[in-house]
Amino acid sequence: MTTSFRLPDLGEGVHEAEILALPVTIGQAVAEGDVIMEIETDKAAVEIPSPYTGTVQEIMVKVGDMAVVGDVLITFATDTVQDTAPPPGDGSPHQKKKEAKPADQQPAAQERKRSPVPASPSTRRLARELDVDLYAVTPTGTGGIVTKEDVEAYAKKKPALDATGTVPEPPAPAEPTPAEAAPPLPAGRTTLPDFSRWGKIERRPFRSIRRATAAQMTSSWTQIPHVHCQDDVDITKLEAFRQKHKSEIEAAGGRLTMTLFAIKAVATALKNYPYFNASLDLQSQEIIIKRFFNIGIAVDTEKGLMVPVIKDVDRKSIKELAVEVHGAIERVRTGTHSREEMQGGTFTITNAGALGGSHFSAIINHPEVAILGLGQGRMQPAVVTDERGRHEIVPRLIMPIVLCFDHRVVDGADAVRFLRLVIDALEDPDELLMTMI
Amino acid sequence: MVMGDMQMSTDLLVIGGGPGGYGAAFRAADLGLDVIMVDPLPRPGGLCLHKGCIPSKTFLHVTELIIDAARAEKMGIGFGRPKIDLAAMRAWKEQVIDSIANSLITLAKQRGVLLVQGTARFESSTSVRISGADISGVRFKHCIIATGSRPLELSGTPRIAGGRIMDSAAALTLPDIPKNLLVVGGGYVGLELGSIYAALGCQVTLLERENRLLAQVDADLVQPVQERLSSLFADIRFGVQVDALEEQSHGVTVSLPRDGKIEQHQFDRALLAIGRIPNSGELGLEQTEVQIDSRGFIQIDAQQQTTDARIFAVGDVVGGVMLAHKATREGRIAAEVIAGQKSGFDARALPAVVYTDPQISWCGLTEQQATAENTPYAVRKFPWKYSSRAQTMGITDGFTKLLTDPQTGRILGAGIAGRNAESLISEAALAIEMGALAEDLALTIHPHPTLSETEAEAAEIFQGSPTHMLPSRK
Repeated sequence: MTTSFRLPDLGEGVHEAEILALPVTIGQAVAEGDVIMEIETDKAAVEIPSPYTGTVQEIMVKVGDMAVVGDVLITFATDTVQDTAPPPGDGSPHQKKKEAKPADQQPAAQERKRSPVPASPSTRRLARELDVDLYAVTPTGTGGIVTKEDVEAYAKKKPALDATGTVPEPPAPAEPTPAEAAPPLPAGRTTLPDFSRWGKIERRPFRSIRRATAAQMTSSWTQIPHVHCQDDVDITKLEAFRQKHKSEIEAAGGRLTMTLFAIKAVATALKNYPYFNASLDLQSQEIIIKRFFNIGIAVDTEKGLMVPVIKDVDRKSIKELAVEVHGAIERVRTGTHSREEMQGGTFTITNAGALGGSHFSAIINHPEVAILGLGQGRMQPAVVTDERGRHEIVPRLIMPIVLCFDHRVVDGADAVRFLRLVIDALEDPDELLMTMI
Repeated sequence: MVMGDMQMSTDLLVIGGGPGGYGAAFRAADLGLDVIMVDPLPRPGGLCLHKGCIPSKTFLHVTELIIDAARAEKMGIGFGRPKIDLAAMRAWKEQVIDSIANSLITLAKQRGVLLVQGTARFESSTSVRISGADISGVRFKHCIIATGSRPLELSGTPRIAGGRIMDSAAALTLPDIPKNLLVVGGGYVGLELGSIYAALGCQVTLLERENRLLAQVDADLVQPVQERLSSLFADIRFGVQVDALEEQSHGVTVSLPRDGKIEQHQFDRALLAIGRIPNSGELGLEQTEVQIDSRGFIQIDAQQQTTDARIFAVGDVVGGVMLAHKATREGRIAAEVIAGQKSGFDARALPAVVYTDPQISWCGLTEQQATAENTPYAVRKFPWKYSSRAQTMGITDGFTKLLTDPQTGRILGAGIAGRNAESLISEAALAIEMGALAEDLALTIHPHPTLSETEAEAAEIFQGSPTHMLPSRK
């Protein structure tokens, strides 16, 4: 008989994987447990042992392909019927009904007898109710027990599978963030010269977050006419204010960073200039203005760029935001974030200052309209004018700031006004407080 | 429900009023479905309540009293020879059944489950005819078949109702205490009923086809019972295939080969306990899409659904382990699925109990199963001779064993031979269902002195340090 090997559920919201290696060939005899492929998700590379003993009949994928959970990857000719007798009700007379009940269709690998996942009966019931495959859930309980909370967390992250077991198209307009969605890259691959002719090279895989980021950036850069608007902010007073309140925020479990003041300043600016809190819908020829203010924060993680979204920033105090932003950054850095908290952004802030960056340009997080970049505040000579009109050169803490915007939606003048409002708020904490909405 | 032309309509028709049937009916009613339950017996409870588990356990309790009274002599208390009043024993059994059956009737009424006495036969995938009742038929949206099983008979031996060749149900009517009784079959029915008759003073001879009792149970668990029964029974013979029995007016004759010759043996009565077959043949299943296997068991999936989408089946009639508590769980699952819930059978520890003296119980993985399936396991036994409580009760021939995953220490199975094994097994069942490690069981404080301690001590052996026995030095 012929048995199909499908990409098993890989857990933790991972619904696709890249085929890294295929050490088998058509016609090859394979024993149960032999490694038949190596795959990689954004989590890790995994060797997949064969669940069957038989002969490789057909290989549906090639190295480098992306496969979705449930895809048939390899078919085997197995000489005998499954070595474990199918449980009653799994025999052939059921075929007819099975077709009528797609929910019963499981990847072939799961039909085999596996040792059960340690989990209490109520947890198992919950998993069944939420359509969660216990084998896919990462256990946190003692000795590897899957807890009720593990199942709930997994269900939140899990992409909804439709009846055919494939992942449904994201609703349009798509709202991808680099780490979460990966539209396919344009196929136009130029042939590269053989670089090894000139010296030693090393090939590294281009995948997961790196690949998702590339796809998102290509879509952003090719669709949006980017224009940058640069300036400097004198944050001497704000830095003094920050130093003064830093410890009380830390006591509350947050971190008082320049980004937090920027979030508040941006919220005010977005309310004044709503076109910066918008998306362009080319299909319907409309500009969608959002009446909520969700700010994405670009975070550098070991795996690459991640953009958690802080919701309703206009309705939260700096103290609340300090705690929330700190928590979100921790979660994306440790990979414990949920899918929800990566979605729904209306504007993005990226702060290169902590890494020592000064002037830079940023790329818009499509389909948003603008992004604000902050550089490192540095002591610089500044010309100040006193009330009598006398000039003096004094050291001031100056932070570069850049606003990149979609010129289809807004114009340069709007951008300058928007940025001016942000700068004024950041230069004077009193002003920030007074304008804060 | 609408009455009209004695034909009724309902959301759910349950055929069979045993533990599977009433488990399903009650659960479905609790989930808001309109339920009719039909059974040939006048009261719910099925074979389990009226002719099986409950009457046999009522008598086995009496048996235990007799055995304990005899055992008490060496503890300094003599009761003398028991006076046995069969009529009173039968009345006591009936009283127990009445009490349980009446409470089932009350539970059904309070839930709005309509009980119909009669025999149902399918005429389509949505309707049955009912004979022997006021109602001639029922149209249903869903149906649950819970018709159970019946004792397998010897093909060469016609059995007369009320005759000297009895099945388990007939034996439990306790017509008399014969001088001697032939029990054919060394499964749990043969052992339990044989024990009752033997305790009441009957000479019991047991014939078993395999080379030991309870061939499906791990051999070590059977050992203490086999030893005890060798003295309780007059004779136990293995490797004996009985093809036919001959009933006369005064007794039953069995022909057995011995040393190349055929020997005839005469008994007052015989009990046939050679297995059970599903009650699927008389249901008119050919009028539906329901499929049965070669042995007559209805084929189902993990949701108890048959190959006919409207019809579900639970309990003995679907095969597997033929036990009431398995049927009840399956019935509840079928009801939940029909009510639209995502439910399914995923139990990992299905406990089984043999009510002999000593009792045997087990759940989860058995050593036989592990060996057959090539599942790696570690096993540790705590003999009851090290249990203080077993000493106080004078029952030191039992033991408690645990099977674990050798890599993780997770408890996979348990087996207990000894007094009260029926209750002790549930702790192990919970441990298995919860995914507990042997260490969890060892670290759970058990009261002293109790028999339940033996489970903790067995778990402690895995940890290398049981309190009441010396750890093995390897």
